Amino acid sequence: MKKLWELYSTFFRVGVLTFGGGMAMLPMLKREVVVKKKWATDEELLDIYAIGQCTPGIIAVNTSTYIGYQQAGVWGAVFGTLGMVSPSVIIICLIASILTQFMDNPMVLHALAGIRIAVCALMINTVISLARTGIRDKVGLLLFLAGFLLATFSPVPTIILVICAAGTGIFVNIMKEKKRA
Amino acid sequence: MIYLTLFIEFFKIGLFSIGGGMATIPFLMELTTKYTWFTTTELANMIAISESTPGPIGINMATYAGFHAGSIPGALIATFGLVCPALIIIILIAKFMSNFSDNKYVKSAFYGIRPMIAALIGYAVWQIVVITFADTNQGVITLKYSAILLGVIIFILLQIKPLKNIHPLIWIIVGAVAGGVFRV
Repeated sequence: MKKLWELYSTFFRVGVLTFGGGMAMLPMLKREVVVKKKWATDEELLDIYAIGQCTPGIIAVNTSTYIGYQQAGVWGAVFGTLGMVSPSVIIICLIASILTQFMDNPMVLHALAGIRIAVCALMINTVISLARTGIRDKVGLLLFLAGFLLATFSPVPTIILVICAAGTGIFVNIMKEKKRA
Repeated sequence: MIYLTLFIEFFKIGLFSIGGGMATIPFLMELTTKYTWFTTTELANMIAISESTPGPIGINMATYAGFHAGSIPGALIATFGLVCPALIIIILIAKFMSNFSDNKYVKSAFYGIRPMIAALIGYAVWQIVVITFADTNQGVITLKYSAILLGVIIFILLQIKPLKNIHPLIWIIVGAVAGGVFRV
């Protein structure tokens, strides 16, 4: 019981104190999980992060699930996850309900427009770095272009595109191996 | 039954948005065409708010989108739906495969998924960029020049080495202040 509360409160703290999730959360997770609680070593945390990056879902949340499970089984996983998610739910519900009342205030609208512009610049930057790390060769470039064109001009659901890309990745690597053999 | 639909839709997003919070954006964009829960402009606002509040962006977005669709119960159900698949999958991986990320097939699948996710996010971001920097009124497109100018300035500043590692929150504050002062 004490352990579950510890898991919940630790990840709650990480959730409150980090903006942006993903990589932005790593230093904070390190301080709380590795240095303070000693639930994992530096290498283990990076391994868990690698798993979080290649499994569905939000990386930071996946990390809290994994560490929670290691510490206290299924309930540990549930409480770790709840801790990570709780601050978001509380803060966003508050902001969403407050903001609807200020949506006709011109100052709020201008500030929000400014934020959207900054976020656009940040997102374009993220897309560039995602493309840089994701596209390693001709196959990657082809998948990137095909994905962009199909998303733009065809009604193919996003989920199907992701599944096909995974299939292509596996197929291409098997062919490469056969060639080598 | 909006709550069941919300749960199913966000469960699907949780299952297929691989590689972090930004990966939820193309799926949320798809929801704007499927349901009347929120518009593309509202989605742009959600992204802006999710980036400027604590917590993982993907969770913030799910909560916000769920709130828009069905108030506080909607927010809780959407977030729960998003987290559910990962919770199950991670527990299974933690239990059975400690070397999951070294698996040959997992690696190969991600060799294909990464460029695709980059393209999908790229397309979703493009749509948001269009509504942020241009107005479309009955087929007539007018560019918002002051918005474009501010966007270009921030983007260029982002490429400068010492400014590169500044926390995104600072840029968001810069955007809010500039937006208020210059009435973009």
